[in-house]
Amino acid sequence: MSTPLDTPTTAESPRTSPGPDRDLAQLGLAAALVVIGAYTVYDASTLRVGFGDPVGPRVFPYVIGTVTVVLGVLLTIATLRGDVAEAEGGEDVDLRQPADWLTVLKLVGVLMVTVLTVSFLGWAISGAILFVGAAWSLGSRTLVRDVIVGLVLSVSSWYFFHEGLGVILPAGILDGVL
Amino acid sequence: MDNLTLLADGFGAVLTPENLLFCAIGVLLGTFVGVLPGIGPAMAVALLLPVTFGMDPVPAFIMFAGIYYGGMYGGSTTSILLNTPGESASVMTALEGNLMARAGRAAQALATAAIGSFIAGTIGTMLVVFFAPALASVAVQIGAPTYFALMVLAMIMVTSVLGGSPLRGFIALFLGLTIGLVGLDLNTGQPRLSFDQPLLADRIDVVVVAVGIFALGEALWVAAHLRRSPLHVIPVGRPWMDRTDLRRSWGPWLRGTAYGFPFGALPAGGAEIPTFLSYLTEKRIAKRKGVDEFGKGAIEGVAGPEAANNASAAGTFVPLLALGLPVTATSAVMLAALQGYGIEPGPGLMTDQPELVWALLASLLVGNALLLVLNLPLAPVWAKLLRIPRPQLYAGILFFAALGAYAANLQAFDLFLLVLLGLLGLAMRRFGLPVLPLILGVILGPLMEFRLREAMAISGGDVAGLWSEPLAVVVYVVVAIAVTAPFVFRRVRPAPSAVLEEPGTPAQDQEKVR
Repeated sequence: MSTPLDTPTTAESPRTSPGPDRDLAQLGLAAALVVIGAYTVYDASTLRVGFGDPVGPRVFPYVIGTVTVVLGVLLTIATLRGDVAEAEGGEDVDLRQPADWLTVLKLVGVLMVTVLTVSFLGWAISGAILFVGAAWSLGSRTLVRDVIVGLVLSVSSWYFFHEGLGVILPAGILDGVL
Repeated sequence: MDNLTLLADGFGAVLTPENLLFCAIGVLLGTFVGVLPGIGPAMAVALLLPVTFGMDPVPAFIMFAGIYYGGMYGGSTTSILLNTPGESASVMTALEGNLMARAGRAAQALATAAIGSFIAGTIGTMLVVFFAPALASVAVQIGAPTYFALMVLAMIMVTSVLGGSPLRGFIALFLGLTIGLVGLDLNTGQPRLSFDQPLLADRIDVVVVAVGIFALGEALWVAAHLRRSPLHVIPVGRPWMDRTDLRRSWGPWLRGTAYGFPFGALPAGGAEIPTFLSYLTEKRIAKRKGVDEFGKGAIEGVAGPEAANNASAAGTFVPLLALGLPVTATSAVMLAALQGYGIEPGPGLMTDQPELVWALLASLLVGNALLLVLNLPLAPVWAKLLRIPRPQLYAGILFFAALGAYAANLQAFDLFLLVLLGLLGLAMRRFGLPVLPLILGVILGPLMEFRLREAMAISGGDVAGLWSEPLAVVVYVVVAIAVTAPFVFRRVRPAPSAVLEEPGTPAQDQEKVR
């Protein structure tokens, strides 16, 4: 599961220079596929086969893992032959500029802070940090406004889930205040 | 008509003041989220899933119906006013719709889209009312081998026929199948691909996968390529149409519906082909009449594809309800939502829980009607949403994505998975991997394994058991045709995907010029 983490960072070079014939970052994806497929097959081989079940728990992962490895190999061949990925466009996407992986890294960092803090700081605080941190990473410099908006969003969503849906999000350090 | 009586019962369950309020909230939320740039209908539904946590099935369904149609209409609003379709199904709408908007006829474009969506959605849902039960009664009799074959068909169709690059489609599909493997094995109870993590042995929640791949992946991808120069948003007044517009629209609405529904109802799925066909037909008819405004903002070019899009969306409920097969990203998320209520779509659903099915179908009709009532007057408000500053907009998407993934199980670990899946979604967009096959793999993979083992257990381990039913053989023949046809066509004429993309290119070119 950790392999997709690495692939985007290696993708920078072919994006910045639009001319190259080969999209070498795709080799990273191909390698990830081979690793994932091989691990799936290995993992399946450790399973015990049950009784009275002609297929058993192994067959499906064997097939999926093997095909994934084959797809990785095919992607390698296609890449070396000059196959270039067509990156996805969108409403706010401008593909003419080089990719800004630093912003992505900041956002992932902010998200990881939320992952680590949500259990003890509580959703109302962690959620607000997430909003403010993400807005700041994306280039907003209206810090005071962002903090107010973030707190309103996180506190109101806490109450909405608590009162409206009966889902108790953790209150964390604000336990008793909310 | 028996179906109509049952539908009337469904209306009886749905039409309470409280449910209507839920439906109105759903329409408003769905449109709100759908209008936001960068959010397509599938993402809107995935993001709003947690809003219905803890609700009873019927009010939850009716809210969903509102969210579903609201999200779709919101998507067309964005493509008309910004000329940047968020998903492939609204590419055709954007072509003429944006030209109309730039010619000062944004109000008429939005009106014909809204009314066309309403008409197509209503006719489409009524067709579901008649077709789905009939199909389900056939489906009850088919066994595991045919089911397995149908799932193979759905995967092959979505992966190799609809997408541009079969290799990339299959990569996405098998990544999805791998994610679907994670967790306890159905029969022996052993954890697979779980790295000794008890939380992974519980399987990865489909909501987390959908939100991670659609919402977080998209937000991260946009963050990497954020447009620094803001797009030009066209101001819009209250939508209205005069008699000429109406006379020019009703033909395209009905023809678009006729194109859209069958494509949605077949496991071939997708709204790309019917919207494209509708666009071509309207253009040809306009030329024959000698009033060809195509290229200058023809209302027919908005009315037809928009109707086709919505009729196809309604059509996807036929395979979804009768067979449990989702064929679009949005219906895949809807399936996940239904499963969240312990409802397993499939042939049994119609007979086991008929009141839920009819309530859902009635909800779709009510949601569609409310959409029209609410959105015609509110269009100028929605258009203002397009001006939200991008940092705050995407920070908000991140916030709600995290909230949705977290609220499902209240596990911080789910948020960690969300980040990983978001990075996978980012990588997929970078490498041009389609998202739909992956989601389909995650949802259908476990079902497919279940059917495979059931079929093999019945036949006592004999592989021939997989084609022991005549219907299964028929489906495999269709699969074979679907796989070989593109190669044959490619020799005769250019690849279908190339033909499909052709009309999309002018829009992209214009975008580059600006």
